[in-house]
Amino acid sequence: MSAPVGIVTAIPAAAQTAKVNASALRRWLPVIVIWAALIAVPLWLPLVGGYTALAGRVLVLGLAAMGLNLLLGFTGVLSFGHAAYFGLGAYGAGLTLRYLVHSTPLAMLAGTLLGGLAGMVFGSLIVRRRGVYFAMCTIAFGQICYYVAYSWNGFTGGFDGLRNFHREPIGFGLLTLDITDGGARFYYFIVAVFAIAVTLMGILIRSPFGRTLRAIRENERRARFLGIRIERHIWLSFSISCFFTALAGTLYALLNNFADPLALHYSLSGYFVIMAVMGGMRTFWGPLLGAAVFVVLQDYISSMTVNWMSFIGVLFMFVVLFFPRGLLGMWQWRSPA
Amino acid sequence: MLQVVLFNVTNGLIIGAFYVLMALGLSLILNLSNVINFAHGNFLALGGYLAFMLAPSIGYWGALIISPLLVALIGVVVERLMLRRVYNRDPVYSLLFTFGLAFVMQDAARYIWGPNGLPMGLPAILAQPLSAELFFITWYRIFMVAIVIVTVIGLFAFLRYTRIGLRIRAGTLDLETVATLGINVSLLRTFNFAVGCMLAGLSGVLAAGQIGLNPNMGDDLLMPSFIAIIIGGVGSLTGTLFGGLLIGLAAALTTVVYPSASEAVIYVIMMLVLLLRPRGLLGEEGMMS
Repeated sequence: MSAPVGIVTAIPAAAQTAKVNASALRRWLPVIVIWAALIAVPLWLPLVGGYTALAGRVLVLGLAAMGLNLLLGFTGVLSFGHAAYFGLGAYGAGLTLRYLVHSTPLAMLAGTLLGGLAGMVFGSLIVRRRGVYFAMCTIAFGQICYYVAYSWNGFTGGFDGLRNFHREPIGFGLLTLDITDGGARFYYFIVAVFAIAVTLMGILIRSPFGRTLRAIRENERRARFLGIRIERHIWLSFSISCFFTALAGTLYALLNNFADPLALHYSLSGYFVIMAVMGGMRTFWGPLLGAAVFVVLQDYISSMTVNWMSFIGVLFMFVVLFFPRGLLGMWQWRSPA
Repeated sequence: MLQVVLFNVTNGLIIGAFYVLMALGLSLILNLSNVINFAHGNFLALGGYLAFMLAPSIGYWGALIISPLLVALIGVVVERLMLRRVYNRDPVYSLLFTFGLAFVMQDAARYIWGPNGLPMGLPAILAQPLSAELFFITWYRIFMVAIVIVTVIGLFAFLRYTRIGLRIRAGTLDLETVATLGINVSLLRTFNFAVGCMLAGLSGVLAAGQIGLNPNMGDDLLMPSFIAIIIGGVGSLTGTLFGGLLIGLAAALTTVVYPSASEAVIYVIMMLVLLLRPRGLLGEEGMMS
């Protein structure tokens, strides 16, 4: 699918420098544009009819989809149950805030650990499966989590969801960051968490470990013959991706001051996958773009018609049949590096 | 007490029979085409609604036969026009496709037949209970189980003794070789998809008489069917059969002892199977893994 990495071809020196400059620009320009756009959201989003909370939603779901894409796009393993870890993150954060301590950072830590550790345990059970069978096991596990949150009324709030908790101001020694109102300050808090997580992902993907994952994606058998421990790498990739998705889940709980069983449902897993595919699952930023398109479309369509499910369903089928490479994937394909 | 146990065992058998029909269709499609059909529950609902539409004109018995065939026909159209294009791609695409299809079909059912439940009329003879003592067992329940048994035996005989059935089973094991031997794999997959949809449609007609019609009627059956396949072992239809019966009965017997855990027990069984025998009860090592 994607071009092999690091093909060296004979190019004259001058042309090569020009190419390097151009490729450096190509590499950094999107990053600069993305961060500028994200930081300036409170300025430009109201002008086009959006609201800041919508951008927060895009970032949170985008982070979850990017977490999933570590597994889906960069390791070539399909999970259709990542809502489980997202929802566990949300519930972990919500339950901590409600029952244990009134501390936002501790709640985020607890939620991330809950989702991530669940991913590690479950991943170890299914890591030898491949393809659709792996996907089916992940769906089933997601439904277990959904079922528990749905039926454990006294603890999780059941179908109505977990309420009666809210984000707390964060203290840094003398300074206190008050994120309790839903305005720009909380949005920038999300941006900051997003930035840290995405930087970690970028480092991970560029590391030897990340290259190994891509080798497994491209040719599992060959990677195995090279002595790579496939199962351990897939398990690690699955676990890491669960941690990132769970982190996004904790932000989701903080964003809404609410956690509901639908955050665990397999429909949401499907949304994460379509975000990654629609944006371009072989690209780093694709899932974020996919999340933006998906969230805006869903917000717009559900305000227009009660039949929004049909539109979302047709969108799924349309993307699969006609845009399998995704938006960024097509762009990269048209201008090969 | 005996009545309670008997009541729950029959319930378990009936629920298990539905799981089996659903899961066998899913399993057929999964084995040959490597596609998880998320829309399977919606094909089930479609079968129920079509029978509801047809019954006034051609009667219940006619609808019982015609409706599953119509569902199969619709399945063929979907497969030929769209699904066929994603077979040779990464499994993520077929999953997303059937996921989207499920959304569209559910919304369409809600749009056409309304969001509220509709009752499905039954012939008078089926609606009667067996006897005053066994008042909770109607003839309809016996009839459902009988139909499922006949269908399952028919399906297994078809796969075992007919040429097409043999090809489907061979394709499950090694599709490439089957194609090399000059068999039209594309048509085989279409036919196989149609059979799967027909089973879903039949379960829909049967389920409509038991629980009534609503646009989400297949949703509650979809997840247990996945689990039946995982428990039974991917690649093995016999495994799927036992998996479906096992979780149906386990859920029903748990209802006797501790009702609120009846769904949890299904998941516990799945986790145990994954832990102790990852390939599933009757799955073969190396199949689809």
